[in-house]
Amino acid sequence: MGKTITEKIFDAHCVDEPFSGTKVLSLDAVLCHEITTPIAITDLMKRGKDRVFDPTKIKAVIDHVTPSKDSKSATQAKILRDWAHRNNITDFFDIGANGVCHALFPEKGFIRPGYTVIMGDSHTCTHGAFGAFAAGVGTTDLEVGILKGVCAFRKPETIKVELCGSLQEGVYAKDIILELIRQLTVNGATDHIIELHGPVVEAMDMEERMTLCNMAIEAGGTSGVCMPDMKTVEYLWPFIKDDYESKEQATQAFTQWHSDSDASYAKTITLDVSTLEPVATDGFKPDNVKKIKELGARKIDQVYIGSCTNGRISDLRIAATIVSGTALAPGVRGIVSPATPAIYKQAMEEGLLASFINAGYCITNPTCGACLGMSNGVLAEGEVCASTTNRNFNGRMGKGGMVHLMSPASAAASGINGYLTDPRDV
Amino acid sequence: MKSFGGPLLFLDRSDINTDEIIPAKYLTEVSKEALKPHLLEDLKLEGFDPSAPSIKEARVVVTRSNFGCGSSREHAPWALEVNGITAVIAESFARIFRQNMFNCGMLAIELEKETLDKLFSLQSKEGLSCEIDLEKSQIQCLENGTVIFSTSYSVDEFGATLVQSGGWVDFADSRY
Repeated sequence: MGKTITEKIFDAHCVDEPFSGTKVLSLDAVLCHEITTPIAITDLMKRGKDRVFDPTKIKAVIDHVTPSKDSKSATQAKILRDWAHRNNITDFFDIGANGVCHALFPEKGFIRPGYTVIMGDSHTCTHGAFGAFAAGVGTTDLEVGILKGVCAFRKPETIKVELCGSLQEGVYAKDIILELIRQLTVNGATDHIIELHGPVVEAMDMEERMTLCNMAIEAGGTSGVCMPDMKTVEYLWPFIKDDYESKEQATQAFTQWHSDSDASYAKTITLDVSTLEPVATDGFKPDNVKKIKELGARKIDQVYIGSCTNGRISDLRIAATIVSGTALAPGVRGIVSPATPAIYKQAMEEGLLASFINAGYCITNPTCGACLGMSNGVLAEGEVCASTTNRNFNGRMGKGGMVHLMSPASAAASGINGYLTDPRDV
Repeated sequence: MKSFGGPLLFLDRSDINTDEIIPAKYLTEVSKEALKPHLLEDLKLEGFDPSAPSIKEARVVVTRSNFGCGSSREHAPWALEVNGITAVIAESFARIFRQNMFNCGMLAIELEKETLDKLFSLQSKEGLSCEIDLEKSQIQCLENGTVIFSTSYSVDEFGATLVQSGGWVDFADSRY
């Protein structure tokens, strides 16, 4: 019997099986941000164990609330900053260099095929796009990861998803993952990996693959994962070029992680994307997904373009093309949050930021901000946001607010009309 | 041995997410105790009042499927813990939330829907409380001292060990 990519990564990293079915894995990267790490740090200090297993394998960023908005968030940032300095964590990203963790860390080349990655953040599943096992964990798992470089998992089963066909104009990776979540439901992938295959995935760039993997958790999935290929190598090449003779050789080497053709799956889903239309969520569960045309002309108060799902340069390019030469509908607020400083700079050089500003948008610094209602764009009671983020839970972007999740194209189009809009209609 | 049990809080809904258990705006707190007044503040459940005294008295939550979905924030189990709730009985849990509970030495028990339905049928009874016997893996519900519901449960060996030993940090520190 063959193995899945996840089984291969588990086999290569398993250091202990304390109980049947529980695998303790060695970690290649422990990622940290200022919301879930400080309590781990203070607990380690309290235990007299203020140290890290390997400072080169720990990466830290202040991204959720930055620049700090009040004394409490400033204290969190300070705890993380002081800890990073104290423990010689050189890959620490503070104001001026910081950005949304799941966009920043891949951009820095920290995630490689075959890696085991944890972070105290549920959207860590994003990094599965690189052919890694990447899982969100709580603060206690993070604390042990920091101290010992290990984490325990039940060996997950895998759901294989075959994406075939070709996308219609106006339909994007975000629409595909929302449709998959609709089919799987919010707990259909609990304790499972969502393994993405097929010509649609092969044709996607790394940013689109990250968008797919990013929302695996919204179906309960431990992680999403894609097979590493030439696209992966192209993206990582500046960081791995000394390790391989050529891109072809690197691509060949990464096939060691590919799932075997006779690997066993819990189930297989085939989705022909040709018939997909632009979709958005309705209500407070991410599996309540409908065609935008069926949702009707729901009035919106805010457009938010950003986050670890859709705040990358390709997302900003798509949205900027739509808003270029238009204006936000009267009464609609537009917020663009480029996910990292490099994306910000690139968007500036390409004139994308000018397009947004001319249309009436405000540009924020790179931050998670509004996505989880912590800063930079919180909704008031009864307000509605067309958002490129990943969660529409009750109160997520502010108490009493409603978030409709959608692609950057759909969000940009909705801003022009002032109500939920299929991007093919503008 | 640790003991688990006491008055029950019934939350008759599936997919209760971590943002409902503790909203993100409180995640800038650096002490667990500061979360105490905000437990279930944004819960969408008809008739539910997060300020009701019964919530402060509760020691065990009984709920439906996929409890704790969404964010990885351990603030969710901590918000329960600082309010004295150290066990949750549900049809199923989100993976990260379930692991977070065991990692903190808290008890996450999964029951079949039929058994859970029987437990929910008792929710209107006054003075209902439960006792959870870790050694026998048994839950008993009592009404004025009389056992009116009893079921066995199973928790995987890793989870059960963490509950007994007080959590993952101590376990991992002594072993790795």
